[in-house]
Amino acid sequence: MCRLFSLTSREPLSPIKAIEALEMMKEGHDGSGIGLFLSDLSGPFSNFRDMPILSGIFTQSGLRRQEDYMTGQGFLPSYRMILDVSKDPPPGTPRREIYLIQVYEPPERWKELEQDQREQLMTGTRLTLRHMGAEKKDMVIFSFWPDVIMIKEVGDPMEIAGYLRLDREELQARRIMAQGRQNTNYGINLYACHPFFIQGMSTMTNGENTAFVPIKEYLSTQGVVGYEGYQSDSEVFTHILHFTIKQLGLGIEHYKHIITPLQDSDLLIHADRDFLTSLKQSCRRLIIDGPNCVIGCLPDKTMFMVQDRKKLRPGIVGGKPGLYAFSSESCGLDAVIPDRDKTKDFQPMHLDTAIVAPDCQEVRICRQTQPLPLQH
Amino acid sequence: MPSNAAVTPSTLSRLDLPWQINWDIHTCTLCGRCTAVCPVNAIELGVFRKRNMTTPFFAEKTRPRSDFSIYYGIRQRTDPGYACVGCSMCNLVCPNNSIEARRSDTFDMLRFHRDRAGQPRTRGGRRNSPDSVLDQIKFIRISMLTDPALDAGRHEFEMRTLIGRILSPAKAINARREKGWIPPVREVYPLLIGGMSFGALSPNMWEGLQMGVAYLNEELNMPVRMCTGEGGCPPRLLRSRFLKYVILQIASGYFGWDEIIHAIPEMKEDPCAVEIKYGQGAKPGDGGLLQWHKVNRLIAAIRGVPPGVSLPSPPTHQTKYSIEEAVAKMIQSMSMAWGFRVPVYPKISASSTSLSVLNNLTRNPYASGLAIDGEDGGTGAAYNVSMNHMGHPVASNIRDCYLNLVKLGMQNELPLIAGGGTGKNGNLAANAAALIMLGASAVQIGKYIMQASAGCLGTEGDRCNICNIGRCPKGITSQDPRLYRRLDPEKVAERVVDVYVAFDTELKKIVAPLGRSTSLPIGMSDALGIAHKSAAERLHIKYVV
Repeated sequence: MCRLFSLTSREPLSPIKAIEALEMMKEGHDGSGIGLFLSDLSGPFSNFRDMPILSGIFTQSGLRRQEDYMTGQGFLPSYRMILDVSKDPPPGTPRREIYLIQVYEPPERWKELEQDQREQLMTGTRLTLRHMGAEKKDMVIFSFWPDVIMIKEVGDPMEIAGYLRLDREELQARRIMAQGRQNTNYGINLYACHPFFIQGMSTMTNGENTAFVPIKEYLSTQGVVGYEGYQSDSEVFTHILHFTIKQLGLGIEHYKHIITPLQDSDLLIHADRDFLTSLKQSCRRLIIDGPNCVIGCLPDKTMFMVQDRKKLRPGIVGGKPGLYAFSSESCGLDAVIPDRDKTKDFQPMHLDTAIVAPDCQEVRICRQTQPLPLQH
Repeated sequence: MPSNAAVTPSTLSRLDLPWQINWDIHTCTLCGRCTAVCPVNAIELGVFRKRNMTTPFFAEKTRPRSDFSIYYGIRQRTDPGYACVGCSMCNLVCPNNSIEARRSDTFDMLRFHRDRAGQPRTRGGRRNSPDSVLDQIKFIRISMLTDPALDAGRHEFEMRTLIGRILSPAKAINARREKGWIPPVREVYPLLIGGMSFGALSPNMWEGLQMGVAYLNEELNMPVRMCTGEGGCPPRLLRSRFLKYVILQIASGYFGWDEIIHAIPEMKEDPCAVEIKYGQGAKPGDGGLLQWHKVNRLIAAIRGVPPGVSLPSPPTHQTKYSIEEAVAKMIQSMSMAWGFRVPVYPKISASSTSLSVLNNLTRNPYASGLAIDGEDGGTGAAYNVSMNHMGHPVASNIRDCYLNLVKLGMQNELPLIAGGGTGKNGNLAANAAALIMLGASAVQIGKYIMQASAGCLGTEGDRCNICNIGRCPKGITSQDPRLYRRLDPEKVAERVVDVYVAFDTELKKIVAPLGRSTSLPIGMSDALGIAHKSAAERLHIKYVV
């Protein structure tokens, strides 16, 4: 079973904090990989808030091909961070050439584009690079989006953190999501490492989505750019979130109604029963199944946790104003926020969505049986 | 047979028949129940003359003697018109178990003589073949240690499906916002009772099924639906609140629709749906058939025809000249009759042309689904040749259609309803689950519910199968009160409930180990495997040995 840990904080923090929490929960994962999502960045990256950042792993030739392609598209390289590795990689981690985090200045014509068009362009660019990399096996692309950095590697999280020096001062963020991977049914593939990312939103999961194949078949034929890949059954959670928010224009309160809708007896007495019934019917192919705890971050930097319909996986949220964490186990919380009021820790159950807004003031619990916020 | 009788080409011996009656002279009480019950008069009272030879003991002075005695018993008739059908009702009624019908283990000659007066054989039942690809499909994706298997007995399961045109999420939200038309959608149990008409079935059987369905809905909260078949609907049912559990079928003979149309203003509830039958799996490309034997006054009244005439529906709707216009118009007209509040979907026989039908329906906003009936579907009456040789298996047809919907991104919008041979070897839940995971949203059964709820004796080994002539020995498909009074509607209803409740448990026993409970696993093809390489490739499922 994988272990998840995420932090949302008013002050920037090092991702090493999250990795320390994963280390506390080590009994629960086999150290077969680590995935990191960082957003609301501080340090040098805070100067480039609106400029897309490319995160990925490259060979020398891959990097050249990438640079040629980006130049051809009119992107100008700006600030760059290379996670330089001098020593040998830890056991189980392959030797790679370049871990790149590259800020790009968008092309001139960018200014004339609508926000939607820019987003399409960034997603398209990421996918093109990903396909180019898949073809020659010389690059792996995780994200290409403003104010987002993603790092993924195979191996033990703590050792990788040391190897890549993830505690460096310039790599700090206010939103951090980390997953310690327990490899199960898919090969160790970097694209199968959580968190998954699309257009500013990211999710990671501890679980197994048994409805993966029908959901994948549905999403990948909806004509939405970016609904592809699916190296992991959990990638669909990110895309369903994207579908909910971007395609349907709904909020995070609706996400749980889509992935695990209420049963009829509850729907009948719900204030929004007509809307929810119609949503349940039309989004039937997006209903997930199996044991799953999902933690995610939205483009507006809101962080949340939801559980499957039967609440079969562990998950806890706790903290103090200014710093909250979502964790698979309470020992993870203890490692990072030992001075919190533990009596206020909350374990979301089968109807709950636990939400922490970017101001990190409190944990808001949204139960499926409550009325939905008014639609505009 | 007397030695001087004529031997004609169709003169057969007992051994030339597929079913032979074994009768035991020692235990028979000559009560006559067997000859009375035989639906085809295959057995009759036999008066046998026997010669007895008496030879004297050694040294006795008397002469050897020959005399004759008479004994009574059962004689099996060998005239092809009276051949035993193997129903074994004789055995059922025999107080001493003295008589039984046995399937011959040799090749029968009767098959060459079933065309008297140039009339090819007609019969009821299914294709005479026990083969079933559905039975070979296994469920292989078992949740073990990476994710916990669920508990079929204790966890909550949502095993419902939707019938009706489902809008895409964006269109549904938009339609609500703009207060536009939202097509009617019914949430139902995924196992439907398929179209068996009032006429094909006896009144007692129909009543029993309806009572069972009503009980399942109202007492057990299982939204089971039943299709009327082509033969109209009893007027009182049309005007009752139970109509909502009924799918009305309209087919090419339009039987009973005068009554239905006139009842619309008096309907308390809308029907669940309207099924337009364009084809039937048992006899694809052929119309419905109710032979004159079964058209009594009641049936004639409900269907609006004179009694005692055969009612062959045309193979196609007479108004149908193209799918784009005529079928679309028919779907639209039926929708309009109920103010666009009732889902209307066509039913076709599985065919290599199913995909074209489906593609057309995807572009018709009023089409609420597509029911596909495979070659193993049953029927009350059809030509033997149609039943045995015409048609397409349902498994690959439903899979092709589902994958086509996937390609169009519409797999949640137009539900596919599969039927035809589901549970033909008794494995109802496994077959239904396999069809659902191949892509069906719901499964229809007909023959199975007759066998399970009323004790139908028909098999794919050509047993009984005389539904067409109204002599059903169990009273299921007969319109003769002397026969159908054998069937107690209350008992049928009880059995319908038993079947559904047991099916529900078995379905959960299949989906729980697959880790599915939140929704019906439609299209969950990763769970399926088969030990047949080309079948696996054809169905896009795993090949496992």
